[in-house]
Amino acid sequence: MTEASTARIYGLHIAVVAVLFALNFLLPDYHHGLFARILVLATFAMGYNLLFGYAGLLSLGHAMFFAAGLYGSGLAITNLGFGVVAAFIAGLGCGALLSLIVGLLALRTSGVAFMIVTMMFAQAVLLTIVYFNQWTGGDQGLVLQQASRILTVGGASFDLTAPAVRYLAALALFAIVLFLTLAIVRSRFGRVLVAIRENEERTRMLGYDTFANKLAAVVLSGVFCAAAGAAYALLFGYVGSNFASVQYSILPLLWVLAGGAATTLGPVIGTLFIYYVTDIASSYTSAWLLIVGVALILLVLFAPKGILGAVRKRWIGWLP
Amino acid sequence: MTQPLLTTKGLSRDFGGLRAVDKADFTLMPGEIRAIIGPNGAGKTTFVSLICGRILPSSGAIGFNGAEITALPAYRRVRLGIAYTFQVTSVFANLSAYDNVALSVQRTLTDGRSRGAVREGAMKALEQVGLADRAGTPAGQLAYGHQRLLEVAMGLALQPKLLILDEPTQGLSDGEIEGFVALIREIAREATVLIIEHNMPVVMQLAHRITVFDAGRIIAEGDPAEIRTNTQVQEAYLGAAHG
Repeated sequence: MTEASTARIYGLHIAVVAVLFALNFLLPDYHHGLFARILVLATFAMGYNLLFGYAGLLSLGHAMFFAAGLYGSGLAITNLGFGVVAAFIAGLGCGALLSLIVGLLALRTSGVAFMIVTMMFAQAVLLTIVYFNQWTGGDQGLVLQQASRILTVGGASFDLTAPAVRYLAALALFAIVLFLTLAIVRSRFGRVLVAIRENEERTRMLGYDTFANKLAAVVLSGVFCAAAGAAYALLFGYVGSNFASVQYSILPLLWVLAGGAATTLGPVIGTLFIYYVTDIASSYTSAWLLIVGVALILLVLFAPKGILGAVRKRWIGWLP
Repeated sequence: MTQPLLTTKGLSRDFGGLRAVDKADFTLMPGEIRAIIGPNGAGKTTFVSLICGRILPSSGAIGFNGAEITALPAYRRVRLGIAYTFQVTSVFANLSAYDNVALSVQRTLTDGRSRGAVREGAMKALEQVGLADRAGTPAGQLAYGHQRLLEVAMGLALQPKLLILDEPTQGLSDGEIEGFVALIREIAREATVLIIEHNMPVVMQLAHRITVFDAGRIIAEGDPAEIRTNTQVQEAYLGAAHG
């Protein structure tokens, strides 16, 4: 890797974050709110991409990690009276613990069995949430009051319900996870994950403990997704069991595939694309799922590696 | 008296009712080039797979460099210094030749090994097999012969004490084979080499000693001249009728 391409890669990522920062001042209200939500969900997608895109492990249960962050921070506020920062950390801790346990058990399988096992774990998490409805609010979920969503740092306090603060907090999280992902995939650990995806048996015969490396990938991915979940609870004030449902395990897969698996910027492009196609289609017709379906078919036909995957293949080979 | 690098005692492996390797007692001294030959299905690949840990034995014991490694997982054996190159070319097709070898040189995170000079080690291994000018080429786009050389470079970059080569000259042209023989001689100056090979001229040129497998058993062992004249070996290869 030459220094010139390193500078180019970091330049591109900084430029993307700068554009998103500028959009904070330029977007009309409706799109401003939508973008804040998309940035948090794109963080979720980036966490998914680390495991699916780079390590090649297809999980159908990532909603549980998002939910671990969502409920970990939400319940810490409603039941334990935690502040914003402590609640966020509690969410991360729940995600780390859950992903460690699930990783230890699910990584005993691979391929289709891994998909099924992760999906079953996610269902177990969903049912657990619904079962303990006296604390979790069951199907109804919980609404976090505005008073509990004020972030105090030193003497200053930020109201996370204010649109600009919310947008910038979402952007900060997004940027941190983006640059962490970039650092990971360009590191030696990242190269090992790709090697495992390409040929696990060969990687083992080069002296790598592939189980331990995959476990590390599951936990990192789980923590990123939990960070997105915790941020969602704190920024949008709603903690609901639908976020633990199968739909939210499929969506990150869809976003990553649309944007380009194993590209650092693919998840945000895919999330934006799918979110806006859905949003625009549903404003014209009640048959919006049909339009989303057609968009996906076109994507699979003409850009099977996702939007950024196609761009990388045709034009810019140095994209990480 | 020097210690053997590798020993197996009563090593066996069953696949269902089939005994692929049957009570193999085997000793390999450091610095040797040892060839394993035998008809198809004799258990050669199974035997070396047991040594490198890709499969576990049904019974018996394996010792390496004075330590018992019978139950050790494959990646730990690699770290002790046993490198294996696959019979069917097994490179990372979508990664560059450089990245393939760099994966051997570096080992990260949970895998110990210090932050050494990855670039230096990787380029040295590529130079040794003559692929340095193709470092940036994706492995899958290399010619077949070059992919085989890349496999060897990946093994070399692990800096093994024992390099196991499983039919390395399969599918190579005569010219390529000549280069390969020279390369293996050079490697053998620093590592012990265990090679499964069907090409008899290659075996006779290279090997210090030869071990012959038939139907899971070791039926003969000796230097090339002894093996050439051994009637049991001739029977295994040609059938008793030719005797």
